[in-house]
Amino acid sequence: MGYLDALFSAAMRMTRNAAEAEDLVQETYLKAYRGYGSFQEGTNLKAWLYRILTNTFINAYRAKKRRPDESDLDDVEDLYLYRRLGALEAAQAGRSAEEEVLESFTDDEVKAAIESLPEQFRLAVILSDVEGFSYKEIAEIMDVPIGTVMSRLHRGRKALQKALFEFGAERGLVAGRSGK
Amino acid sequence: MESNHSHDTASECQEVLARLYTFLDGELTETRRLKIQHHLDKCSPCLEAYEFEAELRQMVANRLRDHVPDLLRVKIAALIDVEKTSRAQSQE
Repeated sequence: MGYLDALFSAAMRMTRNAAEAEDLVQETYLKAYRGYGSFQEGTNLKAWLYRILTNTFINAYRAKKRRPDESDLDDVEDLYLYRRLGALEAAQAGRSAEEEVLESFTDDEVKAAIESLPEQFRLAVILSDVEGFSYKEIAEIMDVPIGTVMSRLHRGRKALQKALFEFGAERGLVAGRSGK
Repeated sequence: MESNHSHDTASECQEVLARLYTFLDGELTETRRLKIQHHLDKCSPCLEAYEFEAELRQMVANRLRDHVPDLLRVKIAALIDVEKTSRAQSQE
């Protein structure tokens, strides 16, 4: 049962609910076991498992929820977090304030930030930035063209940075620093 | 010629920053990858932006690791055993 922790982590981010994530992972493994005959040796086992996970999620769990609206995502500038923190650092003439800020984010904040993204963006970012799949593999897993993968990644990452910045601001990261 | 030079650098920086994610993703052609690598070697503001994005990505990945509950691991193993047994029996 390889990749169980990784698949469970992805399932947690997809469903945002531990009980549903457990059901999703269980179903994925049983489907993979039953369908193993259709898996082609020499192709990517991990990508194949993620494809089953993604399809199962889309068919069983997403159906229950409101159709996600891609226009929910605001347009955010490139390098959002870096530029915001860079301005901060310049203001206080501090060294490597950015690194400190990055280290200060907790598991819960990062999880909440990624879970705040609309589903299509969230999935693309997890598959790329957490699981390290290539654009081509993500296109196959999500069953969309590569161009769509790239655009979802681009917008999803910027939105993630904005969400992280807002969490930071909420706990006084910005006010505390600029107040010095 | 100084202004001309800095103009070239500024547009090169812009191009590098615009492709930074694709560079990090390892999805650029070899020619473009080398061009960006070469720019990063000599431009410290761009290198700083690159390093930040790389660290941010690493931080995000590190914070998103969950461990599957032991009970679920056991349960899945048991369910697969059941499948195996019933498959073996139906083949007898």
